[in-house]
Amino acid sequence: MAVLVIADHDNATLKDNTHKVVTAAQAIGGDIDILVAGTNTAAIAAEAAKITGVRKVLTAESAELGQGLAEAVADLIVGLAGGYDAILTPATSQGKNFSPRVAAKLDVAQISDVSEVVSADTFTHPIYAGNAMETVQSSDAKKVLTVRPTSFKAAAEGGSAAIESVAAPGAPAKTKFVDQKLVKSARPDLGAAKIVVSGGRAMGSAEEFQKVIEPLADKLGAAVGASRAAVDAGYAPNDYQVGQTGKVVAPELYIAIGISGAIQHLAGMKDSKVIVAINKDGDAPIFQVADYGLVADYKGAVPELMSELAKIGK
Amino acid sequence: MKVLVPVKRVIDYNVKARVKADQTGVDLANVKMSMNPFCEIAVEEAVRLKEKGAATEIVAVSVGPQQAQETLRTALAMGADRAILVQTDQDLEPLAVAKVLKAIIAEENPELVMMGKQAIDGDNNAVGQMLSALLDWPQATFASAITVGGGKATVTREVDGGLQTIDVSLPAVVTADLRLNEPRYASLPNIMKAKKKPLDVKELGSLGVDTAPRLKVVKVSEPPKRTAGIKVETAADLVSNLKTAGVL
Repeated sequence: MAVLVIADHDNATLKDNTHKVVTAAQAIGGDIDILVAGTNTAAIAAEAAKITGVRKVLTAESAELGQGLAEAVADLIVGLAGGYDAILTPATSQGKNFSPRVAAKLDVAQISDVSEVVSADTFTHPIYAGNAMETVQSSDAKKVLTVRPTSFKAAAEGGSAAIESVAAPGAPAKTKFVDQKLVKSARPDLGAAKIVVSGGRAMGSAEEFQKVIEPLADKLGAAVGASRAAVDAGYAPNDYQVGQTGKVVAPELYIAIGISGAIQHLAGMKDSKVIVAINKDGDAPIFQVADYGLVADYKGAVPELMSELAKIGK
Repeated sequence: MKVLVPVKRVIDYNVKARVKADQTGVDLANVKMSMNPFCEIAVEEAVRLKEKGAATEIVAVSVGPQQAQETLRTALAMGADRAILVQTDQDLEPLAVAKVLKAIIAEENPELVMMGKQAIDGDNNAVGQMLSALLDWPQATFASAITVGGGKATVTREVDGGLQTIDVSLPAVVTADLRLNEPRYASLPNIMKAKKKPLDVKELGSLGVDTAPRLKVVKVSEPPKRTAGIKVETAADLVSNLKTAGVL
């Protein structure tokens, strides 16, 4: 039994999601290898090699892998698949892009967004926006899974796995990278942040969103999130979106401001440790999942919260 | 350019799914069903491509029960030219759906497959990627902008932390993300016209595609419930509670 974990990284540093998917791999059992595909892989592989319980770290380097072109990444993984019984990828937008392609090339099912490993062939994952949990048993010889990182604890560090390089596939003939615009932010990554402050439709405008949500987030060292309604209305960029169709987060503290709590939003944050809701509608569904609810207009409540936080040295 | 748009009939976006008491699945009896929201965005984009003169014909396809004809009529009312239903009462897995679509594509020869990134029932987010793999076509997932011309599509994609733009040569599979467009409501005259547009029904069995399930559903259960906590009166109360909870 051997499991291949596809590392999550940004061509500079290894992301914690990798450690979490290794934990899922440990639940399946067998030898665990990590694949680092991209550019600047030596530094990233050195990080991955420290994860406890890893047999070896494979690296493959090319411009197309660094650009995350699905055709290139899938070709690489399919080429390595012969040596593995399971291939686990973090369910990030990058992972969701190439993993089903790998599954189809191998003629196996993909099980998406796995939140629990029941046994080596049986897995649980959310369906219907997290309103139901489906447990499925796979009859395929190889299992291809995307894994929801927030559902697993990060594997510890302390190992020193061997690092081996493998050949990168040729550039895809039919797909060409044009450019990439990444938002540079001093704030923590939404998926990995300990605190998330999210704003909803009540903000009313992009200016108001920036004026209310962002200073509070910065005061707390938090990442910024948004409901789908706020994203749809253009108050916040799409990659802020928390929910079924956006990011799934599980921080220590989630603060929802002016968010009513639509099913699809709750699906993206209900595993947070502590949830705070500030909303002037006391009947808003968000209060049904909130540990602490403050029924108030955010316009008064957020400045008060800012000054209370200042009093405790935030 | 011919555009193929696969669409799925799913539980309506505003309806909360309820797990059956015997844990065999989600209760869909007497529940409002609609076109999957991401499929609506895909249909809209195809119609806009036609309005711009980039597309010449739009063929909507659905794989599902007889009632999926209603979903196809919605696509026709939005502006698709004709529709194909691959009829089955089986609940097909994404790999099987991709294989069925591949068989339809072999007959239709579209230059672009424009589809939603995921269906809101299974939430798998897999069919588009699988279809492009089976066809050996390029894929451009999670699209937020598309321009077509010169034998290629230039697609801006929603990626972690921002946007990426790629060129894919046609034929290609493009999957729609939320912000690609805002789908139109079909007008009454267009709904009436849609009733007269051609809708072919094919039996799944007639395509000769292996759709055997690879997964056995062991159970479908309720997610762990979260209970409501307490209401606080002031921001000061909130901060002191959060300090006590150890999250500040």
